[in-house]
Amino acid sequence: MSRKVVVVDYGIGNLLSVTRALARVGADAALSNSPNEVGAADRVILPGVGAFGDGMAGLAAAGLTDTVKRYADRGRPFLGICLGMQMMLDTSMEFGSHAGLGLIAGTVVPVPTTTSDNKPHKIPHIGWNRLTPAGDSWNSTILEGLSDDRDTYFVHSFMADPTDPAHRLADCDYNGRRVSAVIRRDHLYGCQFHPEKSGPVGLRILQSFVAL
Amino acid sequence: MAAAARHRPERLKNSIPVGTFRLIARLDIKGPNLIKGVHLEGLRVIGDPQEHARRYYEAGADELIYMDVVASLYGRNNLTDIVRYTAENVFIPLTVGGGIRSIDDVRLLLRSGADKIALNTAAIGRPELISEIAGRFGSQCVVVSIEAKRRPGGHGWECLTDNGREHSSLDVVAWAERAVKLGAGEILLTSIDQEGTRKGFDIELIRAVNSVVTIPVIASGGMGSVDHLVAAAHDGGADAVAMADILHYKRSDLPAIRAAARAAGLPVRTLA
Repeated sequence: MSRKVVVVDYGIGNLLSVTRALARVGADAALSNSPNEVGAADRVILPGVGAFGDGMAGLAAAGLTDTVKRYADRGRPFLGICLGMQMMLDTSMEFGSHAGLGLIAGTVVPVPTTTSDNKPHKIPHIGWNRLTPAGDSWNSTILEGLSDDRDTYFVHSFMADPTDPAHRLADCDYNGRRVSAVIRRDHLYGCQFHPEKSGPVGLRILQSFVAL
Repeated sequence: MAAAARHRPERLKNSIPVGTFRLIARLDIKGPNLIKGVHLEGLRVIGDPQEHARRYYEAGADELIYMDVVASLYGRNNLTDIVRYTAENVFIPLTVGGGIRSIDDVRLLLRSGADKIALNTAAIGRPELISEIAGRFGSQCVVVSIEAKRRPGGHGWECLTDNGREHSSLDVVAWAERAVKLGAGEILLTSIDQEGTRKGFDIELIRAVNSVVTIPVIASGGMGSVDHLVAAAHDGGADAVAMADILHYKRSDLPAIRAAARAAGLPVRTLA
């Protein structure tokens, strides 16, 4: 019985790329904005780009906020990508304070505008960065088996800051600034980078998520 | 617990504060064909865009740019189908430009598989378009494409439009600064003087724009060798280079360029 992967369609982001990447790794994936389909899925992916407030408003307008929260409470794997990851936290400071889904304790804060040597650097942070272990073992997680070629594609101006360091699974280094790259609480995962745009490494991460 | 696997991120080797440096393949499209010109003129047909896109993806390009070079002339972007097919096989960021004039144009391209759109002619005609698109889809998907031509007598650079066919009288540096304020997420900076010449990037141009913007700058136009790429990064401060001629005519390839860039100290992506 193949696992049904639902990519939440709330009108935000390059959804086609996410479903194409899932198809490439052999997943039975579909886009949906139906609360019933999202609720009944075996795996749910929350994509998203753009501003936090717009993302939460889009999810609410689609009537999906409670569906996603209930899904996450029921022990099945969940993956937030980029803005979708940031929306998993409690609050964001992007253009005012906005409430998130509260799936993982923490806030969304701006990427520091300077390097660790206090020199200005570019925002948004755009580019391929190396994932580095932040705490727990990657065994039995979506990052299991990644080796030295584990650069993934980031494009963001804000970043997740989980309250509990144990929820950081991987970080990356942006000119000496530590950026939360993958967060995790049990079966709930968030990736700041875009696995669907990170070449073979990203496809492998998606495959591992489907196979959890 | 794989605590042993925990280690410090590698330090950047060069002293300039840059993030990971990107190697981007640029594909200029006319009708169904991948083409290449000199100074954006005298276009020659290279081949099938999708075949090249897939080859560059498999060779390790960090991103792709598709530019419909006649779109502004006809008032529409023709690349939706090409983008849709490309997104089936290519899992890296895809920027699409040429003839984009409205929120609807952007929505269609993003839904077809583009991650970012590049704006030039329509943004110069109506700069608020940058803010409207950034407000709706986020700054991360708005690349402002600047076609820069040196003014005679060392008086800076002028922005051209319609793929280098029309003058705007706008100053490149002032426009770049304004584009950032309006919500651009990146600048694709093409030197028309250098484009297709293989004589190297216009380093002064890159440096002039880079000194007034806080967003990433992609240098385009003139790459004849890896030395040119290194100069764009070290001397110009570019965050990425867009390559066309050097790849299309197989004068080098992405693995060789990546290896040489790394050897020169640039923080490029690691590939298996």
